[in-house]
This record gives sequence, structure tokens and C-alpha cells, in this order.
Amino acid sequence: MVTEIASKENSYQLAFRDLQEDRQSESVAWLRRLRANAMDRFAELGFPSVKDEEWKYTNVAPIAAIDFKPALSQTAAESELETEALAPFSCVETAQSELVFLNGILRKDLSSLAAIPEEVVAMDLSEAIADERYREIVWKHLAQQADYVADGFTALNTAFVSHGAFVYLPKNSVTKTPLHLLFISDGAETASFPRVLVVAGENSSATLIESFVSVNDSRYFTNAVVEIVLKDGARLEHYKVQRESVEAFHVATTAADLGANSSYDTTTINFGAKLSRHDIHVTMDNEGAECWVDGLYLVTATQHTDTHSVIDHRKPHCTSHQLYKGILDGKSRAVFNGKVFVRHDAQKTDAMQTNKNLLLSNEARVDTKPQLEILADDVKCAHGAAVGQIEEDELFYLETRGIHPDLARNLLTYGFAEEVIGKIKIDSIRKQLDEAVLNRLNARLEA
Amino acid sequence: MLEIKNLYAGIDGNEILKGINLTVKKGEIHAIMGPNGSGKSTLAKVLAGHPAYQVTKGEVLYEGKNLLEMPPDERAREGVFMAFQYPIEVPGVSNAQFLRLAYNEKRKHLGEEELDPLEFKDLLKERAKVVEMDASFMTRSVNEGFSGGEKKRNEILQMAVLEPKLAVLDETDSGLDIDALRIVAGGVNQLHNPENAVILVTHYQRLLDYIVPQFVHVLANGRIAKEGGKELALELEEKGYDWLKATTPETSGAGAQAK
Repeated sequence: MVTEIASKENSYQLAFRDLQEDRQSESVAWLRRLRANAMDRFAELGFPSVKDEEWKYTNVAPIAAIDFKPALSQTAAESELETEALAPFSCVETAQSELVFLNGILRKDLSSLAAIPEEVVAMDLSEAIADERYREIVWKHLAQQADYVADGFTALNTAFVSHGAFVYLPKNSVTKTPLHLLFISDGAETASFPRVLVVAGENSSATLIESFVSVNDSRYFTNAVVEIVLKDGARLEHYKVQRESVEAFHVATTAADLGANSSYDTTTINFGAKLSRHDIHVTMDNEGAECWVDGLYLVTATQHTDTHSVIDHRKPHCTSHQLYKGILDGKSRAVFNGKVFVRHDAQKTDAMQTNKNLLLSNEARVDTKPQLEILADDVKCAHGAAVGQIEEDELFYLETRGIHPDLARNLLTYGFAEEVIGKIKIDSIRKQLDEAVLNRLNARLEA
Repeated sequence: MLEIKNLYAGIDGNEILKGINLTVKKGEIHAIMGPNGSGKSTLAKVLAGHPAYQVTKGEVLYEGKNLLEMPPDERAREGVFMAFQYPIEVPGVSNAQFLRLAYNEKRKHLGEEELDPLEFKDLLKERAKVVEMDASFMTRSVNEGFSGGEKKRNEILQMAVLEPKLAVLDETDSGLDIDALRIVAGGVNQLHNPENAVILVTHYQRLLDYIVPQFVHVLANGRIAKEGGKELALELEEKGYDWLKATTPETSGAGAQAK
């Protein structure tokens, strides 16, 4: 096993060398150093194993065992993509505020930013690094939130930092139109390393949608890292919709740093991938910040999904809300590990965390571990987790209204999901997800 | 319409109904009264098909068909409705969504065309007047965050939409203030007609001031201990259920044992 992993690292190493030697593109010294340090770190860490407490229930050996080819050059994004193929993933609200990536690489021909205010920046990350107007902001914030020293996957992504998005919201800017980052995969056996950096200036506000989708059922590996910096008073609504191919592997980190009195409202929907892992890390190191870290995972067959979240209250008067719900069918498995830290100085913290799981089959399994670690003494904190099946009383109630038990089960399951999906303020995305849930449930009915 | 013959039923091996006989014809309103634990709610649940209750003996014919053989959803589509004493909350499903689904399931069953959301909205608006409910209730999740009175009104709204032939109202008056009681009872009176029947299960006579039954059956210890017209309810109100025990030695003996 050790030698096998080592040989896979060499294949990544090969792509890494090509990237570093490519002096045509962003040959910035600090970036090359950052990548080199990250690659060194990845060489030390390797892919995590189930012996690692944070990976106890999620075995990533299948990712390590496959010889994925990193998609790093424009050629990886050259395949013909019909606009029709994009239709199911596009939304009317973002028709003119969308960056489309194919296998992790920006496709300008499919993107449009016409509806984004002029002062707001949304562009390819590598171009931002090469652009002297933004170079310094990127340099200042990149790899500051997502810790590549501690995590192998973040190290690997950082070693390949190049493609992705840079979003900059200047001070006091208000972006009413949501910005959509649409990551599409079509390649078999490819690995993509999208990197997103969002810097929201003081009192700016915006809505960001990240979608991960596939136009076919191929097997590929997405290793994404999203870093978000909210300056004082900034407000960001952030949706992540993961609908990768059922054969795909999706490992992502979202790391957000909240300024004083800023507001970060994030909702993650996990439907796709054979194996998905999402690490969310929200740091509240300034007073008066507030966050909502909500999510829904819906898995079936042999899908595996894992969410690890850390909400770190470091300063007084911050509020966090977390509602994660899971629906599991077939032989699927889910892991939820939610840590809420309330540090010594974080007096007057208000933290609420809930994880609820609905099992539709006897063979599905969920491991949930909400954790609360409180070092301050004047705080309001609550957390809880539940795993259950559909309540007989609820089922009977619907049946007495003439609804067939199968349909009643679906309606109750749909209702369970709605508590999270209903929160989404972008109509077309909410409708797409509603349909996706109903399709899953109908497929169950027909099966 | 409904014939209950020598019905024995219970839950978890405890026999609660011990030989109920009751006939309900269309156009009639029957009240089932009785003290706590007499079996009134059990009777309602058995008629609706609650899976936790087992029928051990006897039969129930509904329009000549064996009701007990039908699953609960089929009973409902055939026109049996039960208003719950404690209506269940269904988070995430809007009242309108839920009612349209139930309504269309019944239409399909009857071979009629389903209504689309817009057509149904008009129908719902019309039916909601029966219980004086405004449009804001239709977009809210079923019963979620509703007050006790709102939940009961919502039950009657469902009845108004589904137009059952036989409606069994289980303690619909419990927990209602006088205004809500007036609205709920008014709704039931508007919905009652010569083609359908209503069974009111209630502890108190109060409801019967508003919905006047032709027949009153008093349950004690799983049997019908006394039957009569609407005046029987008044007599009970005045003398209490203990009076009943005194007049029926067999049941009072059993009641004393149970205590």
C-alpha cells in the first residue's frame, strides 16, 4: 500500500514539475514557493488514512489508488461543450453573472459577467495573480485560511494553485445579482484543483453560488479549496451545490474568516459523487460576527458523504447557527462531525448546532458527532443530533387523507429536505434542487 | 352507510372495545360520548385504520364493504375521514401542496381529472371560507406553528376539501376557545348534508350545542352503555358520567376495578 501511494504521488509530482517549469504563465516567485512548500507537505502527509481521527469513517484509499491526471493546461478544457448541455445547471438569475469552468479551468466563451457591477472583480485566479492591480491582494490572502500544513488534500490543491476564481468586492459595494461559479466536469480519470479566493471589502454585500456538476457519469476527482475573507461589516450569502457524477470523488475545503460585525450565511447541498468530503472552517476572530452554516446531504445506493465543520468563536459577541440535515437511502453512509469551539475570550457567544438524519433504509448508516468545546463562562450554546426514520404517526396522518403510504413517505422526506432547501433565496436553484429531491424519491418509488 | 357489529379491538394486547354495535345512515349525525378511557377515541382510530390497534372480533361494513380490510389510505379515498384530536405537524410541506395531493389522489381514485395548482388554488380559496381561514395558512407548513384552534380549523378545512361521506371527528372540540369552537362547528354544519354522515366523538356536551346530533351513544368500559336522542347529552351534562355507572351495574363494577 505504501509503495502504491508513493507511486501515485510521483504521478502528481510529474504534473507538478510541468506546472512549475511553465514559465509562460504566472511565474511569480512567491507562488512557485507556495506550491513547492505545499507539494513538499503533501509528500510528507500523503492522503489521509482511517487511522487519522478526522478521517476515521471515510476511507480515501480509492482516490489514492487511481491514477488521476491533473487537468492543468487549457487543453483540459478544450472539449466541445454544447450550451444545451449546460442548460440543466444554469439559472436565469445568473445568466449574465456566471463563470463557467470545465475540468477546473475557466471557459471565457461560456461565461458572462455583464450583470456584475463594474467595480466588482470576478476573474480567473491565475490572471489575477498576473495582474498587478490584484496581485497584492491575492498574495496577502491566498493560502491564509485553508491550512495546507495540516491537511493533505489542501496541500495537494495548493501545490497546483493556478486555476479557479478570484472574487473581489470593493468596500461598500453592493452586488444584487448572484455570482455563479459553475464547475463542470466531463473528463474521465482527470483530477481538477479549483481554487477560489473571495475577498469581501468592508460593508460590501454579495451572493455567491458554487456548483459542481458533471455532464456524464465518468469517474474523476475534484479537489477544491475555497477561501473567503470578510472584512468588517461585509455580508456574504454563499451556496454550494455538489451534484458531481455518481462515480466521482469530491473533496473540498471551505475556509472563511469573518471580520467584525460581518455576516456569513452558507448553505451546502450534497447530492452527488461516489465519495464526497467537505471540510468547512469558519473563524470568528472579530467581535459581532454572525454565521449560518447549514446543509443537506442526500445519498443513496453506495454513496458516501462526509461533512466536517469547525466553527471557531474566538472573540466576544459572535453568533453561529448550524442546521445540517441528512437523508440516507440504500447502503449509503454519511458522516457529520461538527465542532464548535468557544475560546476563552469569546464571552456572550451564542452558538446553536443541530444535525438531523433521516434513514430510509435499514442498510444506510450515519455517524454523527456534534462537539461543543466551551472555555468561556458567559455563553449560550446548544447542540444536538438525531437519527431516525419516518414517524409512524406522521405516515398515518397522511394516509388518512387518502395518500398512499409510498407517496406519504416521499412527501415526508421531501418536507424533511425542505427545511434546508427552502432557505435558498435563488428561485431557479431552489426549484432545481426540489426537482432533484423529488426525482430521487420517485426513482425510489419506481424501483 | 356504516354498520359496526359486535366490534372488539385493543392495543398492545389490551382489549378496549368490547362489543360495539352501531349503525349510521346517511344524513345522520351521531355523538359518541363517554368518560376518559371508555374507548371513544379507540373507536375513531379503528374506523380510520390506525395500525397500532388490532381488531380481535366483529365487523365493520362501510357502504356494504368490509372496511377493516381496507388500508387507511383506501378508506380515505372511499370517503371516510377522521379529524384528529392531535393533528400532526408536517414540516416542509405546505398546506396547499398537501391538500392538493390528497384531493388529486381522491380524484384519481374516482377516475376524475386532477386539478393543476391554479385550479386548485381557486377551489381551496372557496373551501377555506367554511372555516374562515385566510390565504396565509395555505403557504405555511401543515399544522407547523399553528395554535390549537388553528389546527382544528385546518382539520375541518381538509374535510371541506376532501368532502367525505363519513366524517369521524375525534374530540374536535378539545382545547378550543369559544370563538374557535363556533367556527369549527359552523364549518361542520355547512359541510353536513343529506348525503353524508358525521360521527362526533366528544367528552363534553358543549360541542353538541353547536352541532346537534340526532343520536347520542354513551360509551363506558368499551361498550355502549346508553343510547338516546340529543336530550341524553344534556342529562349527562347535568348528572355526570358517574350517574351512568350507577344506572348500569355491570359497567360500573368494571370501572371500579379499573381504578
